[in-house]
Amino acid sequence: MALDHAMPPITVLCLGAATKGFSGKVQAIEVADTRSSLPAAEMERRLIELGFIEGARVQILHQGLFGRDPIAVRVNGTTVALRRREAMAIQVA
Amino acid sequence: MPDGSHSRALRFAIVGAPNCGKTAVFNALTGGRQKVGNYAGVTVERKTGIARTPAGRTLNIIDLPGTYSLRARSPDEEVTRDVVLGTHPGEPAPDLLLVVADATSPRSGLRLVMELQQVGRPMILVMNMIDIARHRGITVDLERLSRDLDIPVVAATAVRRGGQDEVWRALDAAIDEGIAPAAENRWTPPTAADLRRSQRVADTLISAAVIQPEKPDTVTNRIDGVLLHPVWGLVILLALLFVMFQAVFSWATPAMDGIAWVFDHLSLLIGQVLPPGLVQSFLRDGVISGVGGVLVFLPQILILFLFILLLEDLGYMARAAFLMDRIMGGAGLHGRAFIPLLSSFACAIPGIMAARVIDNRRDRLTTILVAPLITCSARIPVYTLIISAFVPARQVAGLFNLQGLVMFGLYAAGIAAALGAAAVAKFVFWRDQSSPPFMLELPDYKMPRGRDVARGLMTRARIFIKRAGTTIFSMTVLIWVLATFPRPPSGATEPGIFYSFAAMIGHLIGPLLAPIGFNWQISVALIPGMAAREVAVSALGTVYAIQGDTGLIGRTLATSWSLATALSFLVWYIFAPQCASTLAVIRRETGGWTWMWVTFGYMLALAYAASFLTYHLAVLMGAG
Repeated sequence: MALDHAMPPITVLCLGAATKGFSGKVQAIEVADTRSSLPAAEMERRLIELGFIEGARVQILHQGLFGRDPIAVRVNGTTVALRRREAMAIQVA
Repeated sequence: MPDGSHSRALRFAIVGAPNCGKTAVFNALTGGRQKVGNYAGVTVERKTGIARTPAGRTLNIIDLPGTYSLRARSPDEEVTRDVVLGTHPGEPAPDLLLVVADATSPRSGLRLVMELQQVGRPMILVMNMIDIARHRGITVDLERLSRDLDIPVVAATAVRRGGQDEVWRALDAAIDEGIAPAAENRWTPPTAADLRRSQRVADTLISAAVIQPEKPDTVTNRIDGVLLHPVWGLVILLALLFVMFQAVFSWATPAMDGIAWVFDHLSLLIGQVLPPGLVQSFLRDGVISGVGGVLVFLPQILILFLFILLLEDLGYMARAAFLMDRIMGGAGLHGRAFIPLLSSFACAIPGIMAARVIDNRRDRLTTILVAPLITCSARIPVYTLIISAFVPARQVAGLFNLQGLVMFGLYAAGIAAALGAAAVAKFVFWRDQSSPPFMLELPDYKMPRGRDVARGLMTRARIFIKRAGTTIFSMTVLIWVLATFPRPPSGATEPGIFYSFAAMIGHLIGPLLAPIGFNWQISVALIPGMAAREVAVSALGTVYAIQGDTGLIGRTLATSWSLATALSFLVWYIFAPQCASTLAVIRRETGGWTWMWVTFGYMLALAYAASFLTYHLAVLMGAG
């Protein structure tokens, strides 16, 4: 995705690093985590299937106790639970 | 229409994203009673049923596990893919796809419709749960959807009577027009780009045809503010489990006393009507002490299921998985292992089958291997019998029943054992592999429906009574025969059972089990106890009844066993692989004997070691 060149500068961060209550839009899905047991392409497909595509509105509603993990994310009308590690692939602003 | 199509019934397959109510639609169309619940992955196999349309046509309906895509990531989704594509062995492709989408959140459902259009089969789209959508102020323009997708689109409330009228009309209309023959199948596994594209198209459709309310529904979010609270959420989860096990113990007592009273009086009546002898002994010592002794536990089992069914229908299961994720992950378990393990509180068999939703084979295996350690409902009779006989029913801290506390402790031990075994498996076998992801949709809360809960309880009661009438009855007959024959020699001074086959077998294997404090009566009860865990209760009941100890088996045990033996027996049942059906299901689900024997072996070793320790510690502390 070469979106960032064409658009005005905005602070992009990873959803996995965002705090509870964060609200924003998905900018890109970029799976970089090599420690996952899933190949990057498969991880990307699963995130898309759960509704994380560019432009989707996301909000972190809840988080777990240990390491503030996992997180419950509202994404375009549904709520999805995932770990912060997987959420690092979702770039939001 | 092609030749021969008149002679065979049309086959329609129900497809849709997880937890959109496919099985509810299936039940409504076929009059079926398949299990429904408010979480993803209730259905893990294909189910078929017959529907009769208002116009009098007969249809074969196939219910399929939910999936986001035909890509098939896990064994349950492979079934869906194979049936839809017509590659399922021995099964022609369905004539029509009945695609179900959740009207309250249609994104994933409509994206699946996009993908299914590639398959080339005729489709009807059912926007299910339309009542909830309307209640929330969501308006769905069915005509617009139908026009844009170029397929019939109808609304439904599958769980309400009459909520399927439009579906029936659409089915008859589709057949009247003639089901189009399948077009060319152009489906290929979608890439990330394909998924993005079809999701975009679906989102465009939704923005044109679905109007969201100005103020979104926040009930679920507000409830989650409490139930998913980092601290309170965990406290509430623990409290819920605690209340559940206390309730299993305390609430059931009146009903259990009632059932026991009936059997006691039946036994007395038989004693008065029939002359002493083999027939009387068979009815009283075999059937009533054995089968009756197990049926007494029906109320407890129903109370446990009441809790589980309510939590399932409410939508709490996925939340519990969310709260437990870190703890489960620490033990090396997959995030989706929670629901299979929670189902194992009912019975390990559905628990093991529910593990089909786990995509990674290694994670699925671990879950299957540890599921039998979770305390299933068949252990309830064993635990209750021993606890009531040996643990005094007094209040602790003025609040808790001591017997209920011990029960909770046994459940906790089962959970700890399962987590521990999973951690060992991860550490020993799969140390180098990275941890799997956890991604799960949290469904909106729904009020459990009385009819569904009652139906679920009836199903469980039927299964339990059927087991009592078949497995438990036949094992009881077996143990009665073994304990009665050969008849004692004339002039025998001991009770007849001491001369029987049962005593011979018991004395033969007794030495193996003596180190863990088991007497020969327990040893012989464990053998038919392989058929089902409750059989141990009925077998002990029969053995002691024939031995001449009349009255309640609990009282007999309290006088003839030491506390150390009782504790050792309880601990044995936490771990022991005393269930042939579970082992058979493990063999089937793992596709071979290896893992079945691994499970059997490690559970047996754990049981023996734990019972040995318990027995000797108890004896050291003066409970021998």
